[in-house]
Amino acid sequence: MALLRLLPANLNIPFMRGRLYSSVFSALLVAGSIIFWLIVGLNTGIDFRGGFVIEVKTLEGAANVEELREELGDLNLGDISLQEFGSEREVLIRVQSQDEGMATDLSDANKQAIQLVQEQIADRYEIRRTEFVGAVVGDELRRNAFYAVIAALGSIMIYIWFRFEWPFAISAILALAHDIITTIGLFSLTGIEFNLATVAALLTIAGYSINDTVVIFDRIRDNLKKYKSWDNDTIINTSLSQTISRTLMTSITTLIALLAIYFFGGAVLGGFALAMIWGVLIGTYSSIYVASTILSRFDLRPSDDDDMLPTHERNDPKS
Amino acid sequence: MIRLSTWFYNLTILVVVIAASVAVSTVVLRDDDGGGIGVNLGLDLQGGSYLLLEVDMDSVVQERMDNLGETIRISMRNSRIGISNLSVNSDRLSFQLRDELQFIEARDILNGLIAPEMRVTISENTLSVAFDETGLSQLTTMTVGQAIEIVRARVDETGTKEPVIQRQGNNRILLQLPGVDDPEQVKSLLGKTAKIGFQLVDISASAESVKASGRVPPGSELLPSRDNPDEHYLLNKRVMVSGEMLEDARPSFDGQTNEAVVSFTLNSTGAERFGRVTGQNIGRPFAIVLDNEVISAPVIRSQIFANGQISGGFSVDETNELSLLLRSGALPAPLLVVEERSVGPGLGSDSVRAGQVASIVGLAGVALFMISSYGMIGCLAVIAVFINMLLLYGQLSILGATLTLPGIAGIVLTIGMAVDANIIIFERIKEELRAGRKLATAFKTGFNQATGTIIDANLTTLAAALFLYFLGSGPVKGFSVTISVGVISSMFSTIIVMRVLLAIWINTIKPESILISKQDIGAN
Repeated sequence: MALLRLLPANLNIPFMRGRLYSSVFSALLVAGSIIFWLIVGLNTGIDFRGGFVIEVKTLEGAANVEELREELGDLNLGDISLQEFGSEREVLIRVQSQDEGMATDLSDANKQAIQLVQEQIADRYEIRRTEFVGAVVGDELRRNAFYAVIAALGSIMIYIWFRFEWPFAISAILALAHDIITTIGLFSLTGIEFNLATVAALLTIAGYSINDTVVIFDRIRDNLKKYKSWDNDTIINTSLSQTISRTLMTSITTLIALLAIYFFGGAVLGGFALAMIWGVLIGTYSSIYVASTILSRFDLRPSDDDDMLPTHERNDPKS
Repeated sequence: MIRLSTWFYNLTILVVVIAASVAVSTVVLRDDDGGGIGVNLGLDLQGGSYLLLEVDMDSVVQERMDNLGETIRISMRNSRIGISNLSVNSDRLSFQLRDELQFIEARDILNGLIAPEMRVTISENTLSVAFDETGLSQLTTMTVGQAIEIVRARVDETGTKEPVIQRQGNNRILLQLPGVDDPEQVKSLLGKTAKIGFQLVDISASAESVKASGRVPPGSELLPSRDNPDEHYLLNKRVMVSGEMLEDARPSFDGQTNEAVVSFTLNSTGAERFGRVTGQNIGRPFAIVLDNEVISAPVIRSQIFANGQISGGFSVDETNELSLLLRSGALPAPLLVVEERSVGPGLGSDSVRAGQVASIVGLAGVALFMISSYGMIGCLAVIAVFINMLLLYGQLSILGATLTLPGIAGIVLTIGMAVDANIIIFERIKEELRAGRKLATAFKTGFNQATGTIIDANLTTLAAALFLYFLGSGPVKGFSVTISVGVISSMFSTIIVMRVLLAIWINTIKPESILISKQDIGAN
């Protein structure tokens, strides 16, 4: 049987030769992301900001977003944003929370606003979904999201710290930061809604990206023991070449699954799937280039070998 | 020939069979209305409403303090202790003594009046009262508990199928209403505390003159009419008969006017009191007050005992709602809707379909790719993925998990990521074979070496998913659950099930080589 072959066997790609370009590329990407994040900010959804969302679908034919925008603008409800959602018949209406700053609950002002919107369009649209998040709950969700990200990243770091010698740990963590920051940058650049699902995607990306790095680093560590005379670049190039086929295969299967979610899973999952797709691409790239490039800068064979081992492995004769 | 110990073999098969039968039986045995064990569809898939209600403790505290202030005023007056500046500032009540010499006496009286969970603080000649922290949290726990009971009573009567009502955090109530995509009716039921009381109208002064002068006689209060907020009634503050004395309330029609009314029955205490008050006050108007609004103030024509009716120009719907509210009792505090998410049945079923399509396309795509990359062994990996799905579904059923749209995304993602472990193993075996090892040796080393890597790699994903669980509201929690369960079952299905499958296959087919063509052998 002729099998699909992504790469020939016994590759030895000199990955580290592209190190300069990749470093510049990554530095620009990270810097750009941070700048965008600081200047433009994130299009936070009602999960984090409070307010309400109404998803509507026309009873028949395509939705006229412009007309709808004008009509709803006349209701004087403040900041309203409309967006085609999934198909041309569906529209997502986002309205800021009414009565400034005090909208911790579904107070009369908010209730009226929702009713106004619903009544205005009831003759032509079916209400598919209504969501309201009060300002206090929004603050809590934002705080919880922040804590969850910090706790997850922290636990991943602790794990990496125990699992690997410190040069590996630092490289893996920097690569992880690279992935998270550029994903946030992507959301800032595209203005796609940043909500709870996005945070879920961020954490999953963190898990995925570190997973990739761990597999490569495991191999580098093996090869360091196996080929005592090789220099860093040779070791890293060989290890990357040995794992590249697995790295690509896994990225492709994950991408297949994600593309299926993106195209068929409905508009609600769109932002999530997009974040994940980006995360898988950038995670794959960063495991190869960011993590390994940083690692190659360290002295991986200090004269006293034991210095590099985490304490718990020092007395183990096998290591 | 690959040898695996018999127990390893049998145990694996046993686990797979159990998982498969659980998965199948939950699908087959499920009742039509979705009862029984098994995976439940989340509100985003079946349509329904999610409401997060906050019990407004501030107003409870405020009310308790206001009442306490009234009692203090009366008691101090009766004991001839002069006080001034009695004020309630949100959660703190304070007043000053005119004569410092009465200090000890005043303190003793105050200590006798306050509830055990309150504390008195004293500075110079000012006495203040506030709840202490544990007292306040006890009060909150109790109030939320009562509120939950009443919410349950009110929601159950609306005929919502299997509503979920639970306490969340300190002072919140989570309400999930499957199948209710427009929660307006429920919200309107929960938006009223429904505190009802019968109070005599104060006929010593007219409401208009009191309103104009702004001087309310002591012991009386001015309340607006429900129909017309500009119209007021002057009532005796004392509630003669209150909502707790109601035994039943039903919507009905007045025999003479055919007007929609609410008929009520009082319990024995209530009936006795009602009889006494009505007997003594014939000819005087008696007001029915609901949530500080006067519904009506009919003139007492004759002595009434247990049965009466409330009329006030109601529509039939209003009498239905009012009688339900009266039956369920008054909420101990107002409830505020702080979060609401409702999904219509249309979007729900679209999402289910989208989830199904995404799963099938994802699974098919991954299967196709695996088979075209690894041939027969790829087929085995696909079988392992199917077994993984069975295990996943079995675990979700046993956990009674709720499947949400992000949860489905988690499953699809698990499909994509689960084959990763297979790939790690295959690539390892390939390398061993290329290095010239025999099939059996390559099989063994491949699995052993890959196992460590697989566990490492999956633990990080598991950590991220677990933290997500604590972050999330409903749908995101669903994602965290399916990813976590998926990671665990995919580790099992690769490290253990795949080993058995591959061993069976190699032992049956007895191929010369797997995964690589013969010319690759020893090329390294």
